[in-house]
Amino acid sequence: MDALPIKIRSLTKTYGSIYALKSVDLNINSGEFLTLLGPSGSGKTTLLMAVAGFSRPDAGSVLFGEKEMVLSPPHKRDVGMVFQNYALFPHMTVAENIAFPLKLRKIKPKEQADQVNAALATVQLTDYSKRKIDQLSGGQRQRVALARAFVFKPRILLMDEPLAALDKKLREQMQIELKQLHRQLGVTTVYVTHDQREALTMSDRVAVINEGEIIQIGTPEQIYSNPKNSFVADFIGESTILPLTPNNRGDLCYSDSILYSAKPEFNNKNWALVIRPERLFPISNSENPKTSITFEGKIMEFVFQGESTLGIIQLPNSDQLTIRISPTIAASFTDFKTGQTIMVGLNHNDKILIPAN
Amino acid sequence: MRKKQNSIPTLNHDSLQQEKRKEQLFSLGLSIPALISIVLIIVIPIGWLFSLSFVNSNGDFSLENYQKMIEYKSYARVFYTTFEVSVLTTALCVFIGYPLAYFLSQTPEKYAGFFLLAVLLPFWTSLLVRTYAWLVLLQRKGLINNFAIDLGIWDTPIKLVHNLNGTLIGMVHIMLPYLILPLYGAMRRIDKNGIYAAANLGATPAQSFWLIFFPLSLPGVVAGTLIVFILCLGFYVTPAVLGGGHVIMVSTHITAILENQFNWGAASALGVVLLVTTFIILIVLTKLLKLNNILFGKA
Repeated sequence: MDALPIKIRSLTKTYGSIYALKSVDLNINSGEFLTLLGPSGSGKTTLLMAVAGFSRPDAGSVLFGEKEMVLSPPHKRDVGMVFQNYALFPHMTVAENIAFPLKLRKIKPKEQADQVNAALATVQLTDYSKRKIDQLSGGQRQRVALARAFVFKPRILLMDEPLAALDKKLREQMQIELKQLHRQLGVTTVYVTHDQREALTMSDRVAVINEGEIIQIGTPEQIYSNPKNSFVADFIGESTILPLTPNNRGDLCYSDSILYSAKPEFNNKNWALVIRPERLFPISNSENPKTSITFEGKIMEFVFQGESTLGIIQLPNSDQLTIRISPTIAASFTDFKTGQTIMVGLNHNDKILIPAN
Repeated sequence: MRKKQNSIPTLNHDSLQQEKRKEQLFSLGLSIPALISIVLIIVIPIGWLFSLSFVNSNGDFSLENYQKMIEYKSYARVFYTTFEVSVLTTALCVFIGYPLAYFLSQTPEKYAGFFLLAVLLPFWTSLLVRTYAWLVLLQRKGLINNFAIDLGIWDTPIKLVHNLNGTLIGMVHIMLPYLILPLYGAMRRIDKNGIYAAANLGATPAQSFWLIFFPLSLPGVVAGTLIVFILCLGFYVTPAVLGGGHVIMVSTHITAILENQFNWGAASALGVVLLVTTFIILIVLTKLLKLNNILFGKA
């Protein structure tokens, strides 16, 4: 089965005076796992629905391979789709659900049964073929929906928050399974989620979308360590954003320390520093902090959260810093009590510069 | 579920149990007015009716009233007419109501409310008013005949009322909301994504309707059909007015017996047979179609 690339050009959709999609351009490579990540109402689902054919855009083009699809009705697009609430047919058994697309394609009953069994085996539900849908758990329904979406060997697979209804443990397990399944099927996959962790876990590339526009697109590492603006920095991972002020030579400074030496593009624009909480580290009085940027402040809160300890530090200018350290390190610092002064450091490599809004 | 422990600690146990009983008694107390009304308005009159049906004209116990029902052909005809009218009305209601309920269920909810109002508005108007309104429209020199003749659709007045036609027109109009409301509810509950999924998997609009939507709407059809059919069986006003004495259903026959012969025994017996028949139909259909979920609200 060869996967198909998807090419989206100037796709625009309005609801009254509101843009749900604002001239979106997006290239999805053949066989790629691409995630559309954004808050609710960002347009990510609208974009997916336009690819599936359920939402008619005002303008633009959707190419599957070389073929223009924007005018095709959904039943002629030949893409598999997994819906948020699974959208299984409650009056059919598991096997009948999965056989549905095969039946419509007039595949011989014998082959239908073989393909249904193969699909059931892939999602590890071999013994469940005779069950009714209401006899399945959420995770099992999810797998049936998945099997039904790929059993007819579509060359494109779309998923609309397929794991949103599952509890955390199962969701994390299914994320890994979906990733493996994608590798096994090699099908071009477009995945919609509002869960940034899920996006980072599963995707080859992530497209961050907000207010109908793609803000940034890149690998999970790129998006995380190089956010383009404060929206991306804030939406993906935890972050503290501190405003920077230029000095008279044009260097960017935070309080008195120079963080970035002057560059022409620093002029006429405000800049901010993004700090990932886990990149901060506490410094004891005896250490020499010269190699890194240091901040000194009062501990507002220190919270044990299991795999890590979260601290909130108030700087003298009343900005707040969030720091996340491993509980072992937290335990070795006796100073970590509310109200005490603490010094934390940040390596120069870990600082992220973004334009301030 | 976890098993109850063998011994429950005694701390506050008695007073907590007492509180529980108090609450139960209180809820029971709330239902007393309803219970009394049901006994007064339904149980006692039906019991009285039931006992009357076993009493002959001399005031003695007898099965005379029921024997007559078997012996006289006229009774059979009354029951036949009752079922004929009920079945035809129900069928016409499904025929007209299904597309309408489908249209409503596919309309965005804020507009559907308006159309639903159009369905409900006649529902809130007095039954008698609507029935006589039909009489005005359908009679020999009524609006419909006059219009049709003026437009040259037909030449001489067609007999639209005081027969089966008129009865059916009136009854379908009155019963339609009883079909549409449960059907609309069932259709609204059908997951739109299921229809999307069918299209996504390659079903044409017609295929998604017949393979997915229609089977999922059947519980609503059955519920609506049952309500309409059972209401039809005992319906009185409309067949009496629009049937004009030519469509004799059980209810109209009961009135006739009372007015002409003042025979409470015979009238009661007819009522009892209608009630029992209705119950039997309900029970058989419930068992046959596994309707428990629909009728008793288990999702």
